[in-house]
Amino acid sequence: MEAAMDLMRRMPPRESEMALSALLTLLPEQSSDLLSQVDLPLQVIRDLDASKEFILCEYNRDADSYRSPWSNKYHPPLEDGSLPSNELRKLEVEANDIFAIYRDQYYEGGVSSVYMWEDDNQGFVACFLIKKDGSKTGHGRRGYLQEGAWDAIHVIEVGLEEEGTAHYCLTSTVMLSMTTDNKQSGTFNLSGSIRRQMILDLPIADGHLCNMGKMIEEMEGKLRNSLDQVYFGKTREMVCTLRPPAEGVQLGLPPN
Amino acid sequence: MADGGDEPDEAELHEEQKKEIAKWFLAHAPAGEIQYVAKDVKSLLGDDRVYEMAASEAFPVYNKAHLVALEMLDRSGNVIITKFGEIDESNYLDPRTAQVATVDHVQQVCSNLRPATDEELPSFYIEGFRTALDAELCKYVDDTYPKLTCAVYCTEGKDVEGPGASFEFSVVISTARHSPQNFCNGSWRSIWKVEFKDDLQVVELKGSLQVGAHYFEEGNVQLDSKNECNDSTIFQSPEDSAISIMNMIRQHEMEYLSSLEASYLNLSDATFKVVIALPYCLCLISQKLPITRTLFPWQNTLQFSLTKDISKELGIGNHSSSFSSVFIYAKVVDMFED
Repeated sequence: MEAAMDLMRRMPPRESEMALSALLTLLPEQSSDLLSQVDLPLQVIRDLDASKEFILCEYNRDADSYRSPWSNKYHPPLEDGSLPSNELRKLEVEANDIFAIYRDQYYEGGVSSVYMWEDDNQGFVACFLIKKDGSKTGHGRRGYLQEGAWDAIHVIEVGLEEEGTAHYCLTSTVMLSMTTDNKQSGTFNLSGSIRRQMILDLPIADGHLCNMGKMIEEMEGKLRNSLDQVYFGKTREMVCTLRPPAEGVQLGLPPN
Repeated sequence: MADGGDEPDEAELHEEQKKEIAKWFLAHAPAGEIQYVAKDVKSLLGDDRVYEMAASEAFPVYNKAHLVALEMLDRSGNVIITKFGEIDESNYLDPRTAQVATVDHVQQVCSNLRPATDEELPSFYIEGFRTALDAELCKYVDDTYPKLTCAVYCTEGKDVEGPGASFEFSVVISTARHSPQNFCNGSWRSIWKVEFKDDLQVVELKGSLQVGAHYFEEGNVQLDSKNECNDSTIFQSPEDSAISIMNMIRQHEMEYLSSLEASYLNLSDATFKVVIALPYCLCLISQKLPITRTLFPWQNTLQFSLTKDISKELGIGNHSSSFSSVFIYAKVVDMFED
């Protein structure tokens, strides 16, 4: 498993689907671990009942069907697909509504979905997903990018409540891929993913949604800064080390 | 599972499939990381025989594609593994020292060295053009970055004895930088095909440039950039041709570097403008906050039920109209703030 994860860290991010399916072929007995630990670009389908799009991931999958957070129904229909408890479903509905507004404010468009399910330790897990297509054909209105995709996955494990506080463990992954292509400068693709974790014990007086929401908002802020440093800073620094620019060429190392 | 009779076939197919998967992973290793990938693949396969078969096929392809440079046994320099200098699968010509190095592809080391034979080297006439270009190339490389490895190969017409026939060189420039302790690797590869057209008295230049970078601390981010370009000049003496060819190469490579920088600026801009959000961009100036210029009011979820109720009253309850909901939401925030 360690070797498999190391490979995923090295394979081109654009080939991550192929890499995962190769690993699944080699390690069929580890498939559930692989599927839960490897993040792939998110897919979206339309919930016809609710006339809204929702995001597909491991957490709303049962067999070959995916549960829509809007209608709570599986697509394609599944007779006995697993559903969250009524109480948790109520929280899920509320989370989806609020998160959609949050997403619209920070992302101006895109698609979001929230899924929740009970875990084995009397707590629950919530998964907040955002997908935005910034390509010419997608939500990107200005057409800067040939291809530009942003996928954010936030998984929060909520532990048992004790003395008025709950334990939250947030693991966030952002996958960003951008391509430009023109005659003068050729093709330029930057893609990849970064992952961060945040663990907090918070009073539950404000409610789980409020606690989870604040953690995600803070995390997204940190991730945006990291993206700037990692995507644009580190890889550019590497280009400069390969070919230190001659004087007069504007390819300065970023400060620090 | 199939019954007993089919087992041998299945096992064989499985082995073939395993080998193909191993080769796929090895072929997709980023610059300088094939040994790490090989270690992982070996442990995943758990079958050294299959691994060795895959490695013996994948490494030569990878080494040639990445223009891997290996130090020659006499320390006289590096030999580049490239199809232009390939004598056979494991022997490569170093045109500068006129030597042939035997390489071990999987270990990525040289194992033997011998002087090149006369048949393996170009004619005296061609060698005059080749050494002149190589000398200019070395000057360029010393100026730009001393760790670049470079070579000029004669890839067409090496036996031409004098004026009256065309010939072709391939200029290879390659460098890789590995710093695993900083979780960062990168490579620069450029190949210039230089055609000396005797009939037209011109020299035509075709370049393909490629830059890659990989950053893998708490993530996996890769840059992959390629470009092609063309140029031409007049056929002159070996020395004058070399100077004008290198001027064109220098010019194009500089332009490419600048265009990379421009792409970084544009993409950084585009990411924050287009991919993430326009409001976020405004927020960059005003403390990274959303439109409302406050953090999202998670604690006042009551507002959202209010939002819903108002939307219903106004007959726009359908949440797909996100603009109206944001608008109303902003109104509600105003109400609360007043």
